[in-house]
Amino acid sequence: MSRIENVSRRGFLQGVVSTGAFVLGAQLLPETLYAAPSDLAPDATFGPAGDPVSTTAFHPNVFVGLEPDGTVVIVAHRSEMGTGSRTALPRIVADEMEADWSRVRIVQAIGDARYGNQDTDGSHSVRSFFDDMRQCGASARVMLVQAAAQQWNVPVGECEASPQPHVVIHRPTGRTVGYGELAAAAAKLPVPPKASLQFKPPSDWRYIGKDAAIYDLEDICTGKAGYGMDAHVEGMLYASVEHPPVLGGRVTAVDDSEAMKVAGVKQTVQIDPFKPPHQFQPLGGVAVIADNTWAAFQGRQKLKIKWDDGDNASFNSEASRKELEQTVRRPCKVAWNRGDVDAEFARAAKTLEAGYYVPLLAHASMEPPVAVADYRDGRVEAWAPTQDPQAVQETVGKAVGIPKENVVCHVTLLGGAFGRKSKPDYVAEAAVLSKKTGRPVKVVWTREDDIKFDFYHTVAATYMKAVLGANGMPTAWLQRSAFPPIGSTFELNNTYGSGGELGMGWTDTPFVIPNFRAENGPATAHVRIGWLRSVANIYHAFAVQSFAAELAHEAGRDQLDYLLALIGPDRVIDRKALGADYDNMGADYKDYPVDTARLRRVTELAAEQAGWGKRKLGPGQGMGIAAHRSFVTYVATVVQVEMDKQGKVRIGRVDSAVDTGTVVNPDSVRNQMEGAAVFATSLAKYGEITATNGAINQGNFTDYGMCRIDEAPREIHVHIVKSDAPPAGVGEPGVPPFSPALCNAIFAASGKRVRELPLTRSGLA
Amino acid sequence: MVVLHLFGGYEGRLYATPSEAVMIQLKINGVARSFDGDPQMPLLWYLRDALGLTGTKFGCGIGVCGSCVVHQNGAAVRACMTPMQSAAGAEVVTIEGLGAGEPGGLHSVQKAWIAARVPQCGYCQVGQIMQAAALLKSTPRPTDAQIDQGMEGNICRCGTYQRIRAAIKAAAGEAV
Repeated sequence: MSRIENVSRRGFLQGVVSTGAFVLGAQLLPETLYAAPSDLAPDATFGPAGDPVSTTAFHPNVFVGLEPDGTVVIVAHRSEMGTGSRTALPRIVADEMEADWSRVRIVQAIGDARYGNQDTDGSHSVRSFFDDMRQCGASARVMLVQAAAQQWNVPVGECEASPQPHVVIHRPTGRTVGYGELAAAAAKLPVPPKASLQFKPPSDWRYIGKDAAIYDLEDICTGKAGYGMDAHVEGMLYASVEHPPVLGGRVTAVDDSEAMKVAGVKQTVQIDPFKPPHQFQPLGGVAVIADNTWAAFQGRQKLKIKWDDGDNASFNSEASRKELEQTVRRPCKVAWNRGDVDAEFARAAKTLEAGYYVPLLAHASMEPPVAVADYRDGRVEAWAPTQDPQAVQETVGKAVGIPKENVVCHVTLLGGAFGRKSKPDYVAEAAVLSKKTGRPVKVVWTREDDIKFDFYHTVAATYMKAVLGANGMPTAWLQRSAFPPIGSTFELNNTYGSGGELGMGWTDTPFVIPNFRAENGPATAHVRIGWLRSVANIYHAFAVQSFAAELAHEAGRDQLDYLLALIGPDRVIDRKALGADYDNMGADYKDYPVDTARLRRVTELAAEQAGWGKRKLGPGQGMGIAAHRSFVTYVATVVQVEMDKQGKVRIGRVDSAVDTGTVVNPDSVRNQMEGAAVFATSLAKYGEITATNGAINQGNFTDYGMCRIDEAPREIHVHIVKSDAPPAGVGEPGVPPFSPALCNAIFAASGKRVRELPLTRSGLA
Repeated sequence: MVVLHLFGGYEGRLYATPSEAVMIQLKINGVARSFDGDPQMPLLWYLRDALGLTGTKFGCGIGVCGSCVVHQNGAAVRACMTPMQSAAGAEVVTIEGLGAGEPGGLHSVQKAWIAARVPQCGYCQVGQIMQAAALLKSTPRPTDAQIDQGMEGNICRCGTYQRIRAAIKAAAGEAV
């Protein structure tokens, strides 16, 4: 929990607020992280000359400032990539503070370990910081009320901040005073102990639970919003980098004579290949430096480079697929077990089997990777669309040989990210090039660079086997997966899924089946593997929820009824039963258990709203359903499809029901769920990265297709379950149930069972 | 974004080889400009790198995503595929000039976008807005099929299409 201090006179927000402002800082990290004074850089966060720090110093990582003119300044320490966290977190503060939202100014934090983990992924910004934000806001409110009572010389109990925002009222007389006028007095008050704070009851919430526009809405619609692509520093040069076509390849010879003839090209620079494991290091290659982006692109096309492709030149995705599929046909490492599936299979007269496949996927955010870096006197200042500015500090520091504390990372808005921009190789490139050229450098990746040199969502083969009992329900269920793991990016010879990956819908499958086993087999990575929106849940939910529907069909049962029967009676899964490796996305299990009642409820809600079993469907039409818990949120999706005369699928109405606990901004939840349906449509219809001799075959939206407006689900209805449970994840959990629901709908419409994505492989898209 | 030095302007020159050097005159958001650089350079990079008009975005570089849509003589074009020489004499309007002269400085499409809370990351939205404004100019009351046809060249990776459709209908004065 937070430690909150009054830091009004300590200069923390120097340059951001005026000297007369009231400033509260909340420290969210354990003390031990601040033990050594030598670890503490001067306060670079908000100005060059923050207070000197000492071992006992307070190092706040959330700031709320109040200007004498009444402006409230809230520092956003998480990145904004379209999920709305930059708006949601400050609204929590403002609500508890009883501040007027129209007078709130949001300032984006730089990367700094003092903020704790800033890696904006895993759909947990609101979940992890909800309580801290409230505490910060409540402390400010209490202090402002105290300041007013002092000013009026009345008992503090006669004053309160509500109901009118931004003022304190003296109840007996009706006198009021604005927050701004209290800033100076509040700045001198001690912070109330946490135990004394009275939090607003949810019924009094002013902003939490109410629809709100994102903070940057108007700037976005007028072209004023600042993305990484828009960063500019005086005197900067522009760079475009030709990377080794195969991961681990290196330059053996370069002829840049034609490139240098391109008007505007200044020089070419070789970037060293990485030392394995690649982690987030730059890939190496040859950069063309020019005085505008276009010249850099043109020069790059004129480079003549000879490459040594290295060992990964043996990688061919089609052959690799066969290996993966063979791996899961043999016994693998047991990740989770109940009962004895083998005994049940041996006894059975009939077993059912199916193999599923999801290929490599690229993130393809609309803003390709881009960064500006300025290396100067052993320090780097960088501007980047990054999900993780502290990873920028670390990666850039290593790349140019300086301590990470000497790297200042300004976080711009992100033009999409989906996990790609947690990996700052592109920022390190800019820093390396700035060091070599002695000028600030902007590295601009082309779309082809983005798609060919991604940290891909991994390819996965899965194998499922079951036996049905007399009532049609499975008595034994085996599931095996094999995928090159994310760990391969950080560690050589890492071939098995981690507890984190397997905990995403594989070892926590909440079905009532007496004999159940989840296994995982080894797989070697030949490209960089990373995490993409909803991560391992994509292929796990695809296999589990497709196979559940296959069994329903085999049993002659309605898919919805069958899924509900698999979910079984309402219960909370015992934490111990999930195994020691189960990390529950870092959420406390006592607050965020696997609760099958919530999974059942979203399943029933999505079905009811979609008109399951009631809606009249014509020939060639069908409905499918899938339900999945991920990022400690429960989502069920019903997809309706129609097969056209050419046998292609058209997606009609989508109903998604979501239980994500307490909701800060319902409009954001709807937006994210609508977006997830479209993101998943792209994935299901077109998402496929392949490689030949180690080089990626796709390169732009022409061969790595995206769902466009004419093929997006025509109606997406989002149904939010009212809940006072703690807030859970929003950005990602809409994705996993979509593809299996779609394929289950295709089966209902056409009798065709799709076991591999994308649909282009089956001629359906 | 207080930390960014946006619109900082371009200090270098956009070189052309002497044989190619021609002076290209055009108007951008009503301001007369002349350009003597590489006539093959796409308008996108002139807007962004030379003029600091960064509202127009780079997305694919081959004209298939729509992030860079601007208006050339009133029609939607892809700035990444528009060589400077083909913009000679043109009147170009970018997002920075779209709402000029409108109440509040906002075009009706921008107002509809704000009311419908369309954007998520927002990166593609400038292109979407420019495309939608051009669509509504030629087709003031578009049907769903006309919206599909008019907007299918613009990708939104965040998946805001449902709201884009609603905003276009709202801007067209239709009940949504």
